[in-house]
Amino acid sequence: MPTLGDYLLVSGLLFSIGLAGVLLRRNLLIIFMGLELMLNAANLSLVAFARHGVTAFGLPDYNAQVLVFFIITVAAAEVAVGLAIIVALYRLRQTTHVEDLDRMKF
Amino acid sequence: MDPQLYPWIILFAPLVAAGLILLLLPRHNSAAAFVGIATAALTCLLSWRIFLQPELAVTAQIPWLDIPGVFAVPIGVILDGLSRVMLVVVTTIATLVFIYSAGYMRGDEGIPRYYAALCLFLFSMLGIVLADNFVMMYIFWELVGVSSYILIGHYYRKDSAADAGKQAFLVNRVGDFGFLLGILMLWLATGSVMFSGIEQNLSAVTLHPGYLIAACLLVFCGTLGKSAQMPLHVWLPNSMEGPTPVSSLLHAATMVAAGVYMLARIFPVLLAAPEVVREVIMWVGAITCFAAGLMATQQDDIKRILAYSTISQLGYMVVGIAVAPVNDVAMFHLFTHAFFKCLLFLCAGSVIIALHHEQDIWKMGGLLPRMPLTALCLVAGTLALVGCPGFSGYYSKDLIVAYAHGASTAVFWITAGAALLTSFYMFRLFFVVFWGRPRSSHAEHAKQSPAIMTVPLLLLAVAAVAAGYPMVSKHFFALPHGEIPHIVHFALLAALIGGLALAALLYARSPMTDPVRIPLFANRFYIDNFYDWLVARGQGGLAVLSSWFDRWIIDGVVVTGAARTVWATGYVLRFLQLGNLQAYAFFFGAGVLALLYFLVFR
Amino acid sequence: MLNILFWVLSVLMLGSAAAVVLFRNPVNSAMCLVLSFLALAALFVTLDAFFIGVIQVLVYAGAVMVLFLFIIMLLDLKAEARRRLNIAALGGGLAVLAGFILLVVQVVKSLPAARLPFPPLSSEAQSDVAAVGWALFSNFNLPFQVIGVLLLVSTVGVVILSRRSLR
Repeated sequence: MPTLGDYLLVSGLLFSIGLAGVLLRRNLLIIFMGLELMLNAANLSLVAFARHGVTAFGLPDYNAQVLVFFIITVAAAEVAVGLAIIVALYRLRQTTHVEDLDRMKF
Repeated sequence: MDPQLYPWIILFAPLVAAGLILLLLPRHNSAAAFVGIATAALTCLLSWRIFLQPELAVTAQIPWLDIPGVFAVPIGVILDGLSRVMLVVVTTIATLVFIYSAGYMRGDEGIPRYYAALCLFLFSMLGIVLADNFVMMYIFWELVGVSSYILIGHYYRKDSAADAGKQAFLVNRVGDFGFLLGILMLWLATGSVMFSGIEQNLSAVTLHPGYLIAACLLVFCGTLGKSAQMPLHVWLPNSMEGPTPVSSLLHAATMVAAGVYMLARIFPVLLAAPEVVREVIMWVGAITCFAAGLMATQQDDIKRILAYSTISQLGYMVVGIAVAPVNDVAMFHLFTHAFFKCLLFLCAGSVIIALHHEQDIWKMGGLLPRMPLTALCLVAGTLALVGCPGFSGYYSKDLIVAYAHGASTAVFWITAGAALLTSFYMFRLFFVVFWGRPRSSHAEHAKQSPAIMTVPLLLLAVAAVAAGYPMVSKHFFALPHGEIPHIVHFALLAALIGGLALAALLYARSPMTDPVRIPLFANRFYIDNFYDWLVARGQGGLAVLSSWFDRWIIDGVVVTGAARTVWATGYVLRFLQLGNLQAYAFFFGAGVLALLYFLVFR
Repeated sequence: MLNILFWVLSVLMLGSAAAVVLFRNPVNSAMCLVLSFLALAALFVTLDAFFIGVIQVLVYAGAVMVLFLFIIMLLDLKAEARRRLNIAALGGGLAVLAGFILLVVQVVKSLPAARLPFPPLSSEAQSDVAAVGWALFSNFNLPFQVIGVLLLVSTVGVVILSRRSLR
């Protein structure tokens, strides 16, 4: 049987992969996908804890699942707005390469 | 009204009056004068009431600074024999001077502020008299200095007056610094600031003798400043820049006597201290007495002659504190001196006003037939000052010189010599101002002063004569009943006659200018010039040092340094703004990592 | 059984996530991301979170990834051209990564509860949709309303941001 620790480890690794995407890839959209991976890692963690924290009635702790619900909703809203920004940026600069967007420096 | 309140009314009524005049009556001359005179009269009345009924309250206190177990500094009043007598003296003379001022200051443009300052002074002086602890006395000591500064600088448009006020305050400050150190030393040793407490605890505490000597001499520094003893006497002659009533009240009768009063207050401490303290005090007083007398013989300003005379007489009082077994001996001379010196100053004021603010004696002359009342009062005052038998000064001065004779032969001859000088310069003043022919048109047309000025003169003249008689003085003082050695009487009588003869010889024939010219005395031993040079040098040096420090270290290092450091840090940190999104993400990630590490594992 | 399921699904999810990061072509990355989300939904189901698993598929794989692909097609992105390698950036990124993995491993190791199996659930399990619904509408009503407002605001924001000229 997988334990809580296994799930948490998997969640951590997923988060790391997302982080790698954010730090190492140059395409804005891939970076964005990395962000999504990180959010999902958090969701996995939460669901694992929900299952772990069984209440007196023998039911999982649904509060954590409600939080996952919220996170998914917020992530969806964030993706919408983020992609709108990327589109606007593309229209202006004709690039989605992150190293080309360096106007805001000293 | 509850007699317990009298001391508080006496103390605070003048303050209230000063506030009243300043706030409500700044442009009403007569009303301000009225308020001032009424207040002074009230304090005088209550003081006499207290004096004549000795069973009234002795001490009362308002706790002020009170840290239990550490220290307690109250605001308190003490009504023992010493303070009762001083109250009577201060308030009576103050009332007379306030009334006289109404006549003297007629036409002046600053009468309300003059009376307000006088009321403030009265408040401060009464605070010194009534104080029952050192700290309170020190506070009022400083307040008296402030009032003196204000009053000396009354004619503030005159540079010399403004400078004189500053000099008075600053020189006093020098003395007060030593005074404060002395107070703190005594406080430290005895644990109490109350005079009674200090006396009590002093016997219980064993001190290194040097400590007590230092403390007493430092406290004496206060007297050096306030009572214009050498070397801090330089401010008193210059304080004559103030109006004459001010000179008579502050710088003759009361404020300068505060130094002597303070010594009288702590007389038991002086007695408990090693002999050398009183020796030092005696010599300072004696030297001051004699040197001031020398300087007075060559002064040409009528008020300055009297100023140096005051310094000389204060020297006598200081000697009296040092040589006598009780403080009443010096207080007796303070008492008589207050009356006759005030009288002399007011006479001088009368002359000055009659001659349209002329103060040079070589422009006066022949005033005896023109101002007979003033002349009479001046003669009475002079006879009292020189110690002519039958006048008050005779009794008090002879007593001091007698004790000086018992203490040290050298000091006896010095004080006797000073008596000779006193007689000489006072009769010089009389002969030059009142005798012979007038030396200027103003002097020719002088007229006797109005009644508002002459009535106080006459009253003071009566006091100058009578205040010394044993039947009067026994109510005020408990003087020791000893026989005064005949040599003392002889020496002082000889001094009196000798001075009179010399003065008559030189001046009775009414010369136009002074036949004797001794630059050393006329220039006051060049002490003023020395102080000028000292202050200029010292201050100049300090100014250069401060200016360098301010320009290079404060401006250069601290201010500019701080600015440059901030700019440099900003410049360095600017390089973090790379514009590269992933760089920011990297910093973010690293920061989060560090945070998590420190939260979880530490 | 559950064990095998867990391992298979985990490997699938992590593998496709890695593929997202490694592919050059954004469309490939997007498809792998969809696969990753599906695997994750399956993992949710193994954790008895059925409602959440379905929501994951519906919202993430169904809506969010569709939006992603839409944008990729709109912008007509080609495969990313190779640019010269920035050693410093690479090094930094890998360092942070390594640090983070180390941290996670340490934390999980130090958690004693992590080694225990999951506590059993009672047999009469009600529908977890109802349970989540109950919790959502009673305890978390305010955040729920706020989320509604958030969605409204983001919709308005998106409309404004996609205008030709931001006037």
